[in-house]
Amino acid sequence: MRLETLNEGAAKTAVRGETPTRWLSRALASDTSAAYAFVAPAFFLLLFLVAYPFVLSLWFSLSDARVGETGSFVGLDNFRRLLGSSIFIQTLQNSMVFTAAALGLKTVLGMALALLLFRVARFKRLIRGAVLLPFIVPTALSTLVWWWMFEPMYSVVNWTLKGLHIVNHDIPWLPDPYLAMCTVVLVNTWRGLPFFAITLLAGLVSIPRELYEAAESDGAGPVGRFWHVTLPLLQPVLAVVILFSAIFTLADFNIVYVLTKGGPMNMTHLFATYSFALGLQSGQVGQGAAVSLFLFPILLAVVFVQLRLVRQSTTL
Amino acid sequence: MSRSRARQIRPLFTLYLPVMPFVLFALFPLYFMLITSFKKNAELYDPSSIPFLIQRGVTFGHYQLLSNETLFWSWFVNSLIVSVAATVISVVIGILAAYPLARMRFLGGDSFGMAIFITYLVPPSLLFLPLSTVVNRLGLSDSLWSLVVTYPTFLVPFCTWLLMGYFRTVPKEIEECAMLDGCGRLQTLLRILLPVAVPGVICAALFAFTLSWNEFLYALVFVSPAELKTMTVGVFSELIRGDIYYWGGLMAGACIGSLPIVVAYVFFLDYYVSGLTAGAVK
Repeated sequence: MRLETLNEGAAKTAVRGETPTRWLSRALASDTSAAYAFVAPAFFLLLFLVAYPFVLSLWFSLSDARVGETGSFVGLDNFRRLLGSSIFIQTLQNSMVFTAAALGLKTVLGMALALLLFRVARFKRLIRGAVLLPFIVPTALSTLVWWWMFEPMYSVVNWTLKGLHIVNHDIPWLPDPYLAMCTVVLVNTWRGLPFFAITLLAGLVSIPRELYEAAESDGAGPVGRFWHVTLPLLQPVLAVVILFSAIFTLADFNIVYVLTKGGPMNMTHLFATYSFALGLQSGQVGQGAAVSLFLFPILLAVVFVQLRLVRQSTTL
Repeated sequence: MSRSRARQIRPLFTLYLPVMPFVLFALFPLYFMLITSFKKNAELYDPSSIPFLIQRGVTFGHYQLLSNETLFWSWFVNSLIVSVAATVISVVIGILAAYPLARMRFLGGDSFGMAIFITYLVPPSLLFLPLSTVVNRLGLSDSLWSLVVTYPTFLVPFCTWLLMGYFRTVPKEIEECAMLDGCGRLQTLLRILLPVAVPGVICAALFAFTLSWNEFLYALVFVSPAELKTMTVGVFSELIRGDIYYWGGLMAGACIGSLPIVVAYVFFLDYYVSGLTAGAVK
């Protein structure tokens, strides 16, 4: 009621005509229509370029579409064929290993780094700035230098290991399937660590100091304070960071595509790279779409958990 | 005396020493990228030379090769055009959408907020196949427009989400005063909220630019003519020919390709930090 009268006032001045946006102001006089007008561009963008492609993706996955052809309905054939294909099973397994290893490393190292950064007083900006850098630099380009660092003949990593007499021959990092997976995990950790560290640091800063003082007066040592104060209070931030990163680690394309293209022997293929290989390189759009749709249930699970966390924190 | 000195020295071992490996881990690949791009081929491919240093003189040959014999500067300009256009479009759409979502109650508002949030979490690799069909049907494939149109699909949700947080921090009373004085919603947004939310807008723009500049998958899929490629794709796919790798040139390309982002980063570090944590903490 009160808002309506307000808007009538607004409309009147608008009609008097003081600004060139007069007609817009009149159109926006009513609250709801204003809201819809403001939201419209974003709405149509999401409708035509996110929702529609998603529906299209569902259709592709249920059809035998190929590049340039719409294809016809084949039911769950694509999914059935995928689950019977050893490459897809390998991809599924790779995705789980890759995501679990990279997330584990990023969580543990990110936590350690955040705890250290929290206490850093001198050169604070410099150190934080340096640590955050890998996250900002274009991944496709920074992965090139990792490729060069693990190049079979001139690898700086092998040079160092040989120089320190840890090994006496060149280690075949990228041609070896297991080492290739380790390398891909390492590069993903390198790139994603800053996100964990900086976000967890922001969480640490928001923990009230008094709690630590109270814990200390109760006789808790540094380890006790970490387990009983830091970790429980950091839990919501930690959960959000891990979930958020879980999606983008699982959906990683750049690092694997640049370093190994899914090889050797498909041992580093993830959903994104395999979907790319199937859908674009061999033209089986239906199969490719079906592969990428495996990302969706995980996405939904993350959204679900994240919303529950948000609700919990708002009801508290 | 000795106690205070111990207090000064202790952080050196318990804090600055443990931080060093993290800093080295973060910076070494970038350092290595830089020195490789300035090294002569004779030194680069000599297994007996120390890879960490440049001992036999600096060369600009790799940069010259890049400049004269590849379409490098076209890629650079393409990246610039696409990133600026996508950023402007996304920030404007984001501002417009964030205002009602943060401030007004309207039918479907909550559901739309939810849709924005879900889209924010959709990785590009989920939708690149159908999007390439859509881009084809719109007649945009093999043009920079395909990227200007598709990048906002992941930029707008981010900008909207970020700006919603900033708009909520503005006291409602200021806005009501403005409306009493006869400002419409659009004027209130432009004159009252936007000036207060300038840090948020800068942050959104910086992140949108960075994400566009760094984007790889869409640029790889939607644009195939060499002269229309963006930086990230051009360096990767045009500088590698068969089994011959021009590592010096590749690293030079990677350096210049990262430069605009690093420069922006050095000047706006705090904005990057706040943008990074906005999604998770707010």
